[in-house]
Amino acid sequence: MKNETQSDRRKFILSMARGAGITALSGFIWSAYVDEVTASQLLLRPPGAIKEEDFLKTCIKCGLCVEACPYNTLLLAKPGDNKPLGTPYFIPRDIPCYMCPDIPCVPVCPTGALNEPSVTTKGKLDINIADMGLAVIDRETCIAFWGIQCDACYRACPILGHAITVEYHKNERTGKHAYLTPVVHADACTGCGLCEKACVTEKASIFILPREVAMGKAGNYYIKGWDKEDEKRLKDASEIKTTTEISKGTAIDSLNSGIGGLDK
Amino acid sequence: MKTFWNKYRYLFFRRTTQIGLLFLYFSANAWGWTVLMGNLSSSVLFNLVPLSDPYAVLQMVAAGAVIATDLIIGALIITMFYLVVGGRAFCSWVCPVNLVTDAAALLRRKIGVDNFSKRQPASRNIRYWTLGLSFIISIMMGVAAFEFISPISMLHRGVIFGFGFGWAAVLIIFLFDLLVLKNGWCGHICPLGGFYSLVGKNSLIRVHHNEENCTLCMKCKVVCPEQQVLYMIGKESIPVLSAECTICARCIEVCDDDALSFSIRKLVNDKKRESNNENND
Repeated sequence: MKNETQSDRRKFILSMARGAGITALSGFIWSAYVDEVTASQLLLRPPGAIKEEDFLKTCIKCGLCVEACPYNTLLLAKPGDNKPLGTPYFIPRDIPCYMCPDIPCVPVCPTGALNEPSVTTKGKLDINIADMGLAVIDRETCIAFWGIQCDACYRACPILGHAITVEYHKNERTGKHAYLTPVVHADACTGCGLCEKACVTEKASIFILPREVAMGKAGNYYIKGWDKEDEKRLKDASEIKTTTEISKGTAIDSLNSGIGGLDK
Repeated sequence: MKTFWNKYRYLFFRRTTQIGLLFLYFSANAWGWTVLMGNLSSSVLFNLVPLSDPYAVLQMVAAGAVIATDLIIGALIITMFYLVVGGRAFCSWVCPVNLVTDAAALLRRKIGVDNFSKRQPASRNIRYWTLGLSFIISIMMGVAAFEFISPISMLHRGVIFGFGFGWAAVLIIFLFDLLVLKNGWCGHICPLGGFYSLVGKNSLIRVHHNEENCTLCMKCKVVCPEQQVLYMIGKESIPVLSAECTICARCIEVCDDDALSFSIRKLVNDKKRESNNENND
């Protein structure tokens, strides 16, 4: 009798340990997979999408935005697309965002992953402040930079004259022609992708990237002193004083000691 | 003998609901119908009533998302519905994976897989481990973990928005249920099934067994996807109280002796019986 209970207890402990082991193993595979699919950065989200990290938390993958889109721009990531499964995105070279003034894809979102206030000015939906990405120009392949006249992207831009402008320079090679080259203005560009769709080169020479990918960051050390708005950042700046001890050696010593001399 | 209709009426209604819901979702995307838009994760009924998968919403909470009001209302509506009707009614009346696993179970019976593999090496409690694990991973990774691997979502999203490689997941589940483990996915692993088993603990609609009519033919146990809930067959005239019952009603249909029927649960008596049972165990 006593032996029986002992072996029962052993069985129980063994089965619990087995359960824990299998759970740990599947948890490892599961989380590795989730980590992998959510790491994809090169994704263009619908207008009004919140920050990617929060978007992945918040989007419930219902596809209501996809159904609301009248141009079939939006797609839901399918298995095999190598994108976070079931989340909406678009490929501008195939179908760009046509920037509907009533933005039908945003108010239908039940979760707030597409955030209505972020595309609203003065109580009205305003697609012009949407921020899906940023157009980037490859100056090597854009034929306007070769001197061939092309303003396809400029003409296609729904915020014509603000998001893309054309600049004139002299073509020194011929001496008598002008370059008419497109310039993207990040403050106005919504990332709709109409320019990418319109681009005449074999692979688009102007294309949309998510802002986090396309843009750098100046950081807190640089402030536009001539810009009142930018100068406001100074208000909450805390002072950090750093001191560098003045070297006691001569300048010649410092030069002779090579790069190591700078540490001392 | 029962008529053909009596033998298959619930099955017919179930398939109609399952396929009908998928059709309504599909038509919303394809032709802009507004009866039922979205998918099983979250949808809108008649352009007005929000409906949301409460399990998905709970995972989002675990992931640390800000939950919108519509989502809370939608999840509450669905939870209330299954709280009353029986949680796993979702599994047998709504979930499209049920079509796949039922087909696998049917084929399994037809070719007699169980004749040469009698042992069922896995516990039906795995689903509760998966359920717990999904919340742990949701907390750790900051995303709704099951929603990224759910073959349920892959299937219904696949039907509505296009499959991609989602068909492979469906095929794997079919083969798993057919060859590896009887009722493997729905009856052992699926955390959504586990979740709804917990939701339906006190639901009202139950299958009732009348022991006096039973001839011990065991046809009910053969078709039942959750056999353990039918432990009382031929022993006791009591309702099926386990919330793991999917109230698919196949047992009622295959019974030739009127020993099984739907009943509304009498909460007070049954509660007592349930606790007695647990004590006896």
